[in-house]
Amino acid sequence: METITNLSPIILALPFLMFLFLGLCGNKLFKSNPNIAGWIGTAGLSVVAIVSYYIAIQYFWVEGKGADAYQQFVLFNHEWLKMTDNLVISIGFMLDPISAMMLVVISTVSLMVHIYSLGYMHGEEGFQRYYAVLSLFTFAMMGLVVATNIFQMYIFWELVGVSSFLLISFYFIKPSAVAAAKKAFIVTRFADMFFLIGILILSYYTNTFDFLKLTAVSDGHATLVNTKMCGEMFMGLSVTSIAMFLIFLGGAGKSAMFPFHIWLPDAMEGPTPASALIHAATMVVAGVFLVARMFPVYFFEAHDVLTIIGYIGAFTSLFAAIIACTQTDIKRVLAFSTISQIAYMFVALAVSGYTSEHEACLGYTASMWHLFTHAMFKACLFLGAGCIIHAVHSNEMNAMGNLRKFMPIAHITFLVSCLAIAGIPPFSGFFSKDEILVAAFEHDKVLYACQAFVAGLTAFYMFRLYFRIFWYSENPAHAHHTPHEAPMNMNIPLIVLSVFTCFTWLDKVFPFFPEKITADRVGYELETNWIIAIASILVAVVGIAIAWVLYLKKNDKPDMIAGKLKCLYISASHRFYIDEIYLFITRKIIFGGICVAIAWFDRHIIDGFMNLLAWISRELSYDIRDVQSGNLQQYAWGFLVGVLAIAMFAINY
Amino acid sequence: MNILSAFVVVLLVMLVAVFLIPGEKKNAIRWTMAAGSMVILGLAGYLVWDFLAQREAGATDKFLFADSTVWYEGVINISYSVGVDGVSVAMIMLSAIVVITGVFASWAVEDKAKEYFLWFIMLSIGVFGFFISVDLFTMFLFYEVALIPMYLLIGVWGSGDKEYAAMKLTLMLMGGSAFLMVGIFGIYYFSAEDSGALTFNLEEIAANAAMPIEWQRRFFPLTFVGFGVLGAMFPFHTWSPDGHASAPTAVSMLHAGVLMKLGGYGCFRVAMTLMPEACKEQAWIFIVLTGISVVYGAFSACVQNDLKYINAYSSVSHCGLVLFALLMMNQTAMTGAILQMLSHGLMTALFFALIGMIYGQTHTRDIRYLGGLMQVMPFLCVCYVIAGMASLGLPGLSGFVAEMTIFVGSFAHEDLFHRVLVIGGCTSIVITAVYILRVVGKILFGPLYKIEKVGDQYNYVSEHHGEVHHYPLRDAIWYEKIATIGLIVSIAIIGLYPVWISDMISESLEAVAAMLN
Repeated sequence: METITNLSPIILALPFLMFLFLGLCGNKLFKSNPNIAGWIGTAGLSVVAIVSYYIAIQYFWVEGKGADAYQQFVLFNHEWLKMTDNLVISIGFMLDPISAMMLVVISTVSLMVHIYSLGYMHGEEGFQRYYAVLSLFTFAMMGLVVATNIFQMYIFWELVGVSSFLLISFYFIKPSAVAAAKKAFIVTRFADMFFLIGILILSYYTNTFDFLKLTAVSDGHATLVNTKMCGEMFMGLSVTSIAMFLIFLGGAGKSAMFPFHIWLPDAMEGPTPASALIHAATMVVAGVFLVARMFPVYFFEAHDVLTIIGYIGAFTSLFAAIIACTQTDIKRVLAFSTISQIAYMFVALAVSGYTSEHEACLGYTASMWHLFTHAMFKACLFLGAGCIIHAVHSNEMNAMGNLRKFMPIAHITFLVSCLAIAGIPPFSGFFSKDEILVAAFEHDKVLYACQAFVAGLTAFYMFRLYFRIFWYSENPAHAHHTPHEAPMNMNIPLIVLSVFTCFTWLDKVFPFFPEKITADRVGYELETNWIIAIASILVAVVGIAIAWVLYLKKNDKPDMIAGKLKCLYISASHRFYIDEIYLFITRKIIFGGICVAIAWFDRHIIDGFMNLLAWISRELSYDIRDVQSGNLQQYAWGFLVGVLAIAMFAINY
Repeated sequence: MNILSAFVVVLLVMLVAVFLIPGEKKNAIRWTMAAGSMVILGLAGYLVWDFLAQREAGATDKFLFADSTVWYEGVINISYSVGVDGVSVAMIMLSAIVVITGVFASWAVEDKAKEYFLWFIMLSIGVFGFFISVDLFTMFLFYEVALIPMYLLIGVWGSGDKEYAAMKLTLMLMGGSAFLMVGIFGIYYFSAEDSGALTFNLEEIAANAAMPIEWQRRFFPLTFVGFGVLGAMFPFHTWSPDGHASAPTAVSMLHAGVLMKLGGYGCFRVAMTLMPEACKEQAWIFIVLTGISVVYGAFSACVQNDLKYINAYSSVSHCGLVLFALLMMNQTAMTGAILQMLSHGLMTALFFALIGMIYGQTHTRDIRYLGGLMQVMPFLCVCYVIAGMASLGLPGLSGFVAEMTIFVGSFAHEDLFHRVLVIGGCTSIVITAVYILRVVGKILFGPLYKIEKVGDQYNYVSEHHGEVHHYPLRDAIWYEKIATIGLIVSIAIIGLYPVWISDMISESLEAVAAMLN
């Protein structure tokens, strides 16, 4: 225990120091050889990864297990800002099953991305800056998952937001990248505002930020009920529900749930490895993590919100999957796929129970499980897409085709990941997705039907992507410019990540999640529900088969189908015009209406009134000035009038 | 000598020294200024350290380092009394930082440099004198000393429509002082029970608490509005955009960085502390007005095209938050307000410094005619991004600390209406992000616009009345780097490790907050 307590600060401190070092002196020190900056970053991250693994292993197999449940350790907790005696923001380190698991996810993907970027970003202007921001991101994401209090989470929440901004705008000369970065930041910021308001309401009633106090459970209740929050109503709604819903909205912004999803596809303007790390594997699941972290509160005190989360998740996953079927930019397909898969995780949380008895909290386990497996295979897909883009210098499917001949490693790893995401056994995605479907089936048949359908769609669009890239027709452009396999430092991460997706079925690996990651941290033994498993395999196979028929060879069937479903196809390929609606609201109504009106009002009415005052006093002065003209006749005249007036006054009264 | 008086004395020595140096020896003047402001900064640092040490050792007086000398006694009792609590210490530290960075930001002033720096010192004397005073009369005196130089600094060294702006700023602030003077004499008149001797001393007035409520009701709004004008309270804020836009760089820095803080500080120290009953009654009016400032300023900033207008409106929004939080009248919110003054002072000073440095080269501040500066002047642009991040409340920089303390504190208000207003105020964090990123995206990022590259040299090409000008562009020079780095480091220190400063301020507010509740 002492060892991990002593080691834990490294996880936060090292990436932060590396950010400072590379950010402040990277450009000067490594001007002639920027690669050194990359190697330093990677070396530092390797240390972080080793420490994370060590802590996770120690926690799960040695220290963590208490009498029956896994314990929550606070390894350190430093007072950072004291607002009142109870409301204190601390920067601390909380170790519990989900944070230990996240340490592994983040450090693995981040390390792979660091290695991969050595090849991918080689020779780019701003190489040092890139690595500095990657370190910043790793620091922020680590801080987010180990947060001991909700405000610490908010702090790091903002920091991951800004590192995301800096990475999307990495190619800051490109106007589209700048626009995408702005959009991502502002949309998530808008959601963060709700998160903040949620925190304010929650802390007002509970008088604490501390997760341990907020999520404590006793006798089948969250102990929140003992605070003045209990039974408090506002406009006919329970205050707890309002607060928890607002907090969820913050999570929905980061995790790109409808209607905040619009920033994620555009965020693909950033360098591909950064997209893999931030916009596929780690940052975008922060919302899921947040709901999982607050799960007892949602489950016991705001169950209505949990139901809403389920439906928002189901809708988003369907919506994003439909759009993904029509996109032609491979990174956008992956982006919509990410949105859809994260929505799965939300659905899983929504259909979960709390206790481990009778597998009631299967949904919770499945959600975290899917988070883990998704991070690995989606990062692998993104990095693979990066290799492909590197090879053909385009994001568009039309520039690809038959690449399997040129890039065997990218091909195999991509195929493995596609099988995983489609839910074909024995790859990891099958298990995690299957458990989500089981949990949904037992809880709500509508959600189950929706998610099963989305599973089919997922298989279809992923294999559409796969066939279009690696099969389809020979691309004439490749005759002049032969695509080539990526260098080894880019291929190794692909192989490592795809290995993670291959061995979930082993006896030693499979029971990990149900045993260790559960809502009440107790653990249970998982029994496979074969009927649902077979059903979901069938659905996936059908999806793959359709993709096979349509996209294995170039033919006119896809166009025909698109022609038949013209209305749906066009609106889906335009992402159902949500972006346009947003643009209309922001540009026309907020900017063009409110802001311009306020600015005009300020310049003309408020300031105009001040100018009017000035004008009046000037005019009055001009008028009064004439009284003192130095003209004797005028004075005499005034004197005479005055005397007469006083005389009249005296006579009359 | 009392350390507090030393601030004024050092500045007076500087004033004499600069006065004696011949005008053409510009470097001598500059280095005198730099040396003097270094001494001020050192004094301020020592003051913070000593203050914390004395509090640690158990000093319980409200004002430490107190000292008092009678100026005039008889018909009217005026004394020169000084003393500081945590709030004033924080403000003095802020002023010292902004003054020294302002000196470096003014390094390039060539035209009538001597006179410029003389007025600059006058302004600083006013500012420091105001923060160290605990006598209302001296306080008011220094307040006026700080305001008058502004007229000349803008009117002579400014740019654009400077005469109009200088006149407008001075008249509006003087209008505020007129209210204020009535308020202060009202306070004086009711400063003691019938038989007691009248006094201007803040501590004694507060202890006597002799002003009847019906008079408080009359004098509180006068005093509050009087200071509120300088704190850019809606609807008395319109001097700020014009004034800042025309002011020279360092004057904008000092004005937005420190002088506007005089408003917030005065509202708190004089209006609220001395007339608590009226404050409690009328707070809601001003909460609504300042709440409007917060959102209104932010929305206005979104559509401005002049960089200085954007930051002036942004200041309206941020300073609105200061008064808003003060009026919530609990310890946490008030601590947040003081932190916000500190943070806003530093980051606005940084903003105006950077804008001045960019404007000095491109000769335009219109964001429609700028683009891609990041490639041309990376140092300045990175600093601008950091300033922007501080302004939109990024954790790790000072803005976050201040805003969060304000929101959490204000939300602790027991009245639902107030809490709903706080939620309204929270929207400003989004709107701030919009106008900051609009500028960052437009002028710093993106392709070069109106900038041509000749060899290694970038030139800004501007067409004015058919004449084409080529202004050479460069990155920051050493004195510009000192100014910006100094401010950024201060912002980061508060942002990364806020607990000591927030405790220092919070401690001093405990008694006031208890009285107001």
